[in-house]
Amino acid sequence: MLELKNIAAGYGPVRVLHGLSLTVRPGEITCLLGRNGAGKTTAMKAIMGLLPLASGQVLLDGEDIGRLPAHEVPRRGIGYIPQGRRLFSDLTVAQNLEIGMRCRHSPPEVRDRVLEMFPRLADRMGQRAGTLSGGEQQMLATARALCVDPRVLLLDEPTEGLQPSMIALIRDTVLRLRDEGVAILLVEQRLDAVLATADRAVILENGAVRAEADAAELRAEPDLLRRHLGV
Amino acid sequence: MEFGPHLMLAVLEGAVTAAVLALMASGLSLVFGVMRVVNVAHGQFFMLGAVLAWAVSSALGGGAVGFVAALLLAPVIAGALAVAADLTVLKRVGYDPERTIVATIGLLYILQQAALMTYGPEARPVAPPFNDRLALPWIEFGPEGPGLIWPWGLSITSYKLFVMGAAAAVLAGLWALMTRTGIGLVMRATQLDRETAQAFGIPVERVYAGVFGLGAALAALAGVLIVPIQQAHYLMGGDALLLSFIVVIIGGLGSLGGTVIAALLIGLSDGIVSVFFSPTLAKILATLLVALVLVFRPEGLMGKAAR
Repeated sequence: MLELKNIAAGYGPVRVLHGLSLTVRPGEITCLLGRNGAGKTTAMKAIMGLLPLASGQVLLDGEDIGRLPAHEVPRRGIGYIPQGRRLFSDLTVAQNLEIGMRCRHSPPEVRDRVLEMFPRLADRMGQRAGTLSGGEQQMLATARALCVDPRVLLLDEPTEGLQPSMIALIRDTVLRLRDEGVAILLVEQRLDAVLATADRAVILENGAVRAEADAAELRAEPDLLRRHLGV
Repeated sequence: MEFGPHLMLAVLEGAVTAAVLALMASGLSLVFGVMRVVNVAHGQFFMLGAVLAWAVSSALGGGAVGFVAALLLAPVIAGALAVAADLTVLKRVGYDPERTIVATIGLLYILQQAALMTYGPEARPVAPPFNDRLALPWIEFGPEGPGLIWPWGLSITSYKLFVMGAAAAVLAGLWALMTRTGIGLVMRATQLDRETAQAFGIPVERVYAGVFGLGAALAALAGVLIVPIQQAHYLMGGDALLLSFIVVIIGGLGSLGGTVIAALLIGLSDGIVSVFFSPTLAKILATLLVALVLVFRPEGLMGKAAR
């Protein structure tokens, strides 16, 4: 279980998160919503140790990982799919996956399982990541994070700019991982996607939680999110 | 000597310069490529290699044993010093591009003045471990067809051949390290996207320390190889740094292949122009070439345009 306790973080002197607290439970998809600048991506980076915490704690199964060196965070079992995919564009598909595999010394079965989820990547192992289509790049970004064999998975707008078939594939993958017990924190802008996948939605405003709702509340009152987000 | 053999002699001299330059510039290019740090002190690691070669060789009584020991020890010592400089200085300034330039300028003067205070202002030679003169043949087309002749003066020393072979072997090893090993994969991932590399468990600061050390070791190795041809002197790093910058800019910042091609271009042109005209003209042409590259192809011959 991943817990954020009252964290404050930002970029240099600019504070973006102001006492953010939330919990991501195993086997649950928590959607993080909010307008541009609300602090969604900053929260992801703070969890990954890519931004220093000014205060607060990031607890992974009780261990405070908030002040570990950034490279130690994924080694604890947190997979990250950054916004814009951030693939190693000059490396091949196989090499991008290898970077994920090396993180926690994952056994070869992990890669086999990932390639079984995304068989199209298996045909493109020698191809440079930068030459893949947008959908294939998202598959690779997801596959690379899964090669870490994560117990917590962070996805920052994974369906941005994708065609419907690819969005469905990513959604099915996320649901499958949830069913396997992975704790998932998903930043998503599309409300239909949130309603289709989220077990819980957390709405951010000015770097802190403005509202929370579980799946039952979301389905009972679909306009809840629109009302909070003002869309 | 006729023009053909004379040209061959110039090409061979240029090839020796190119070999040493390629080794040294590949270290500078590697550091910039992976770390985005312009290491102004790079030439001092070259000087350090040469000075250490003299010190180790003298301590062991010269000869082949002393030279081989210098070949092994100097890059290790220079590399360790660079790692220490990285951990104590560059890491503390956050590898910021501007601040690292100032920091490496400081490192340049510390190394140079330390060499002056301990080694002295004299230029000192190191005897090559072997130095046989090998006569080279030339093809002459006579009335009875082509035939081999042995023009007087067309020769090269076995040591210069060794320098070319050693540089080629080390560069091939560096290429293999970067493209065929896990360490190389980690270095390339760090070069491409530092933040994402960290998000996948790569200890970027350790990679930087290793790369800075490796870059310095390559410069020191070049210094050891050159010292039997050109004496060791505490100011020898300045010209070497300038030529390395020229090579790296022409080849493309961070491109190993481009660096080797540019080193060949600059080394060979330096050899040919120096033999037929003057060494000063060779330097003027190299600087002019840099200016042309910066105007018409700022990313260099094999560099990638900034996106």
